[in-house]
Amino acid sequence: MSKRNIQLEVLRYRPEQDREPVFQTYTVPCEEEWVVLDALNYVKDEIDRTLSYRWSCHMFVCGSCGFKINGEPKLGCKAFLRDYGDKIRVEPLDNFPIERDLVVVIDDFVDKLQSVKPYIIPKEEKSVAAGEYIQTPAQLKTFKQYSMCINCLLCYSACPQYGLTNQEFIGPAALALAHRYNMDSRDVGRSAREHVLASHEGVWECSFVGACSIVCPKDVDPAGAIQQAKFTSAIDYLTSMVGIGGK
Amino acid sequence: MQIIDADIVIVGAGGAGLRAAIAVAEADPSLNIALVSKVYPMRSHTCAAEGGAAGVVKANDTLDYHFNDTVSGGDWLTDQDAVELFVNEITKELIQMEHWGCPWSRESSGHVAVRPFGGMKIMRTWYAADKTGFHMLHTLFQTSLKYPSIKRFDEFYATDLMVDENVSAGCTAIEMRTGEMKLFRGKAVIICSGGAGRIFPFTTNGAIKTGDGMAMAYRAGVPLKDMEFVQYHPTGLPGSGILLTEGCRGEGGYLLNKDNYRYLQDYDLGPATPKPVLKSMELGPRDRLSQAFWQESKKGRTVQGKWGDVVWLDMRHLGEKLINERLPLVRDLSISYVAADPVTDLVPVRPVVHYMMGGIHTDINGATPVAGLYAAGECACVSINGANRLGSNSLGELLVFGARAARFAVEHAKSVKAPREALVTAQAADAEGRIKALFKRTGGKQRVAQLRREMNLTLEEGCGIYRDEKSLRESVAVIADVRARYRDVALEDKSSVYNTDLYQTLELGAMIECAEAVAHSALQRTESRGAHQRLDYVERDDKAFLKHSMAHYNPNGDPRIDYLDVTITKSQPAARVYGAAAGGQAA
Ligand SMILES: Cc1cc2nc3c(=O)[nH]c(=O)nc-3n(C[C@H](O)[C@H](O)[C@H](O)COP(=O)(O)OP(=O)(O)OC[C@H]3O[C@@H](n4cnc5c(N)ncnc54)[C@H](O)[C@@H]3O)c2cc1C
Ligand code: SF4
Ligand code: FES
Repeated sequence: MSKRNIQLEVLRYRPEQDREPVFQTYTVPCEEEWVVLDALNYVKDEIDRTLSYRWSCHMFVCGSCGFKINGEPKLGCKAFLRDYGDKIRVEPLDNFPIERDLVVVIDDFVDKLQSVKPYIIPKEEKSVAAGEYIQTPAQLKTFKQYSMCINCLLCYSACPQYGLTNQEFIGPAALALAHRYNMDSRDVGRSAREHVLASHEGVWECSFVGACSIVCPKDVDPAGAIQQAKFTSAIDYLTSMVGIGGK
Repeated sequence: MQIIDADIVIVGAGGAGLRAAIAVAEADPSLNIALVSKVYPMRSHTCAAEGGAAGVVKANDTLDYHFNDTVSGGDWLTDQDAVELFVNEITKELIQMEHWGCPWSRESSGHVAVRPFGGMKIMRTWYAADKTGFHMLHTLFQTSLKYPSIKRFDEFYATDLMVDENVSAGCTAIEMRTGEMKLFRGKAVIICSGGAGRIFPFTTNGAIKTGDGMAMAYRAGVPLKDMEFVQYHPTGLPGSGILLTEGCRGEGGYLLNKDNYRYLQDYDLGPATPKPVLKSMELGPRDRLSQAFWQESKKGRTVQGKWGDVVWLDMRHLGEKLINERLPLVRDLSISYVAADPVTDLVPVRPVVHYMMGGIHTDINGATPVAGLYAAGECACVSINGANRLGSNSLGELLVFGARAARFAVEHAKSVKAPREALVTAQAADAEGRIKALFKRTGGKQRVAQLRREMNLTLEEGCGIYRDEKSLRESVAVIADVRARYRDVALEDKSSVYNTDLYQTLELGAMIECAEAVAHSALQRTESRGAHQRLDYVERDDKAFLKHSMAHYNPNGDPRIDYLDVTITKSQPAARVYGAAAGGQAA
């Protein structure tokens, strides 16, 4: 079996003992099929029990293992060693405070997610006995892509606006999710979400760099969602201007 | 120690826990809910479920068919009253999920679409492409944000249940960000902590599935039921153990041995028709398919790979369009992990530990023998899965029984007076004391990773697809040895903030307890049924073993195993029939 020694440089930060984050390098004998997460697990099991990071599914669906790998936001379980040289640098995601080692504090994101009311706001309550809503494959398609987000936060790490606005900007994933519900044929909650989306922290803050869509491991295309939302938001604005006094 | 009071404490925020929380909030918005989870809800392993959730909805289907498939699929070890309730309720739950926004795949008419699944006679599995669990989990999580009475405690690691004279009073949990222990006092507790597949080395289960809640209940005196029934899923990717959903075969994929032969026809599952027929061949039940793999490998007809024997999953004839539409994740995973594109290549697969049929003993209402303590989801054994779960019944189970346990917990919470404070406080102090002692322990010679490996290996070797007395005795001995040495594990990380050395050590403790229940229950069941196949007792023995195994914790030694009769209502035990004679629908 061919094993390759990889120098894994991991940013460490233990708030109880470290004044600031420092790199620690581990030499890890790796299988060629491995992903970066496997290498971290090797360190944890065999070299250093004190290293902390989040992971669970190992199949890029739980969204736990977002790290900056050689400077790029990536999922540790989707970063294959075969795509890297013998030296790999692993850091916590940007734009979030470090809690410990590779673990970041994501409270801000969780609050933002909640703020966009990410649930169906129906026209009227429908009883279960009345059966399912009819939704054609074409209607499903209008929002399906935006429902694929695993909340991995790679896009927040990549987003220049989120950093520049000191985390004021609601950010790619939460906006994409708001758009997902707005586009759902079962939902009429657009006006309830509008004050968040159209606020100055909302869609208008996005400078359309598109970094979010490039790093997204699930092809959610948050940048596209934000563009579409801007468009509808502008229409809403215009209609509301035209409609002044009309209602 | 900080005390957090709630009417209802829910341990676990996966599909079951979230569904339970919403049900409590809807039943009575004035009740305070503490939803405690060691990971953020959307990280829970429900997100990994791919294939779908079964519920009778189409005109050609009946509740009786779903009932019969489930009961015979479980080799008559299911409680039939529970199965009947389940098949009656599940479709309503799936419609409720639809109203909450779950993006179910649709027919061109706009009605929900269904797909074929193993062991089911009629197509009845609702799906959201091949990311069903993911969409269900996010739908439930996002919907839960509507209810102000649900207070989440994300990244809190629950350690122990507080029980006052057989009445549940809450639990302790460590806030992972600070390392501080908190006491959650509640009038009712619902455990929704998921499965324990991580006790095995090769599993589809994520890192968090370490049986913590099962072990907490077990230590608190609740028996673990039917733990010897461990499901191997026939199609995992070698090496990583990542699952390729049964949907692959539902859509028409073949399993081939090294001679490119559809070997399942040699195991009473044929004939091998080109198009899939339900309950036949690749759409047989999981236990039978995994056993057939084992037999093929004994005959030398599997393929040797770097990560053990494999067979081939052939989806090439399905075409790129269908694969992209219905199995996009499967394609992504196969290309990434084994460099095989299902559109053009054969994909190597092997059986992999997937699901625990057993778990915390509950009745049909999710209630355990401890008053006010409930369990739902994979950690519980109600039991609708018996000796072998049918694919796509557990996503349904967590909805039906998550909601049901919640409703009974609400009734209970409204009826009880507060538990005796002094006793609960003392128990919490004990729980905290144990953690403190672990921090103080020095010079421990045993390492977590080493003990975990030994436990993993002995389960795979001794309690795998086929078992016998010798292999099981070996497992029992190794686990006892691991359990003894576990007491000599010292933490290398003594810090407070997000100390994963601590949590992995606690998880190992829980896994050892679950492993012990598996091995002892398997040793004492001297028959073969469903997923429990004994080479030394090859027949099913209804006289002696139409019974649930109940493993009772013993702090000083081996668990005590006793038995509880299975509830039979309308289906008398019979032979399980698959292949042509099963009369399955063409898929
Ligand atoms: C890869 C895969 C595919 C599957 N596909 C299907 C399918 O297609 N159809 C189907 O019906 N079933 C499927 N299953 C099975 C099904 O997904 C699971 O049985 C089900 O999702 C379990 O849900 P749960 O809510 O019980 O547990 P989980 O979703 O695992 O949630 C457990 C929760 O408990 C919490 N928890 C655990 N321990 C502690 C602790 N100590 N302290 C605090 N919190 C704790 C966790 O944080 C988590 O929130 C699949 C399973 C796997 C692994
Ligand atoms: S939009 Fe993409 S990158 Fe951003 S959190 Fe969701 S899945 Fe991750
Ligand atoms: S471990 Fe779940 S996304 Fe990587």
